Amino acid sequence: MTDATKYLSHLELGEPDKTFLDSNELIINMGPQHPATHGVLRVILKLDGEKVLGTECVIGYLHRGVEKIAEHRTYTMFNPYVDRMDYVAAVSNGLGYCEAVEKLLNVEAPPRANYIRVILTELNRLASHQLWLGTHALDIGAMTPLFYTFRDREEILKILEKYCGARLTTHAFRIGGCLYETYDGFERDVKKFIDSAPSKIDEYEELLTTNRIWVERTKGVGTISAKDCIALGVTGPVLRASGVKWDLRKAQPYAAYRDFDFEIPIGEKGDTYDRYLVRMQEMRQSLRIIEQAVGRIPEGPIMAKVPKVIKPAVGEIYHSIEAPKGELGYFIVSDGSTQPYRVRVRPPSFVNLQALDIMVRGQLVADVIAVIGTLDIVLGEVDR
Amino acid sequence: MPEETKSPSPSTDGEAKPAAEAPHRAAMPAKPTGPAPEPWKSPMIGRLQEQYGSGIDPLTYLGQNYMVVDSSLIPELLRVLRDQEEFDYCVDVTALHYPQREKQFDVIWILYSHPRNERIRVKTMIADGEIIPSCVSIWPTANWLEREVYDMFGIRFEGHPDMKRILLPDGWKGHPLRKDYGIIQQDNEWVQINLGIESGQ
Repeated sequence: MTDATKYLSHLELGEPDKTFLDSNELIINMGPQHPATHGVLRVILKLDGEKVLGTECVIGYLHRGVEKIAEHRTYTMFNPYVDRMDYVAAVSNGLGYCEAVEKLLNVEAPPRANYIRVILTELNRLASHQLWLGTHALDIGAMTPLFYTFRDREEILKILEKYCGARLTTHAFRIGGCLYETYDGFERDVKKFIDSAPSKIDEYEELLTTNRIWVERTKGVGTISAKDCIALGVTGPVLRASGVKWDLRKAQPYAAYRDFDFEIPIGEKGDTYDRYLVRMQEMRQSLRIIEQAVGRIPEGPIMAKVPKVIKPAVGEIYHSIEAPKGELGYFIVSDGSTQPYRVRVRPPSFVNLQALDIMVRGQLVADVIAVIGTLDIVLGEVDR
Repeated sequence: MPEETKSPSPSTDGEAKPAAEAPHRAAMPAKPTGPAPEPWKSPMIGRLQEQYGSGIDPLTYLGQNYMVVDSSLIPELLRVLRDQEEFDYCVDVTALHYPQREKQFDVIWILYSHPRNERIRVKTMIADGEIIPSCVSIWPTANWLEREVYDMFGIRFEGHPDMKRILLPDGWKGHPLRKDYGIIQQDNEWVQINLGIESGQ
């Protein structure tokens, strides 16, 4: 209790009352070891009965100093490290980093590489959203979706494994393009997956969308307005569920996204239920993109002309992509040597987590669990 | 970008490289020459320069626009960018350390405008120990981002509601992203007291 009080000094705590029954305000600790915090997140809650008066996040338990490591590795050597940040969407992390370094080198990946990148990144977005749905539903008390989503996520991981040998921390791309050509039967596997996926997403929706318990637990919970989202720098599905039609794949297209036709699903109210609907729609849109891409992967090289030793000219670059969680940016400064002078990662989870406080104030304790789930944070990325 | 920012720091740089890298580097040709930053001209820059004169140095590198500004213009300039130029979304606040320079730190704001779909960077230079005004009142998102800069570089933001460490423990000594902080360096005292082990290595 004393430790928690120290952290909450800015919330103007009074002296605790003599007996527990007299006290109106209670401070409790959630985490760092708590199954619903999706990793090692500690949230200190100030409560009035069941009502949340304020929160304070304590993070950093998984801090590994990724940005410091980057300064002591070459550009190529640092590439696998980025997979360990948002480890459920490692492909997106790799795409952002490779594209940022390519921009700094002023080279562009060949079209074939860009198509392969889009297919794998969108597959990974699906896998990330499936993991989110399974765990989020489990937190709220629905156990079945977890088995459904993990069953289907396995299909994606198998494709990734066949492509690059790894399931989770894939290191699928290299600076300048892709290292691996698609394997024999890649297109068949992907087509088989996208043919069966829509009916599987229907299955999830059948379980949840009109389920009364699910609706009661998510509608009107953790509401955040579009204005607050922008002020707090919130991006990704959370921003879109509040009604802002903004997706970096459309706003500032990268890789081959310019070539594809897809919609940006948005919500209206910005509550947990809307965020659920937006992510479900996004899964369908991802399938649409993959379907368009897999049918017409261009022929040609998969690697641009990149020197063996990567040595960008003195300068700096900021490049960001639409990761499953939001805007994932890399700010890279080169001093003309083989190692970056600085790599700054702009993590979507870290910035989105900041909105937790505003989203749970005035809500019930049980809703904190729902809101942490709906923010879709990965602590490996929050702490880096 | 001024000339001094471009020069890497040879002394710390050399020490920091892994040993295996050294013979490799000797065989490498001289530094690659890339495109030089060009002046960035736009109606917005015209308006800002009219107001602030030579305090702003607008540049473009690889198609990305940024401005190096005098630290005395912070936070007024940032407020003008939000209110008059519609940069409503602060993407990131970060810093860079150049130990050789007199003004050791670059503080960088990456801004995005939803109405204009435009991204810019604002950069200013400050000395070690110098305090810079916080922009939490302009963009609330700067709260955690400024705390991270303080944690990693030791740059204090004046007017921040809760200036304390965020990723490292509260009692930790040192700021890891400074160039004089070694890659395997740690606060041994903290480790011994709090974890009960001799060393974290």
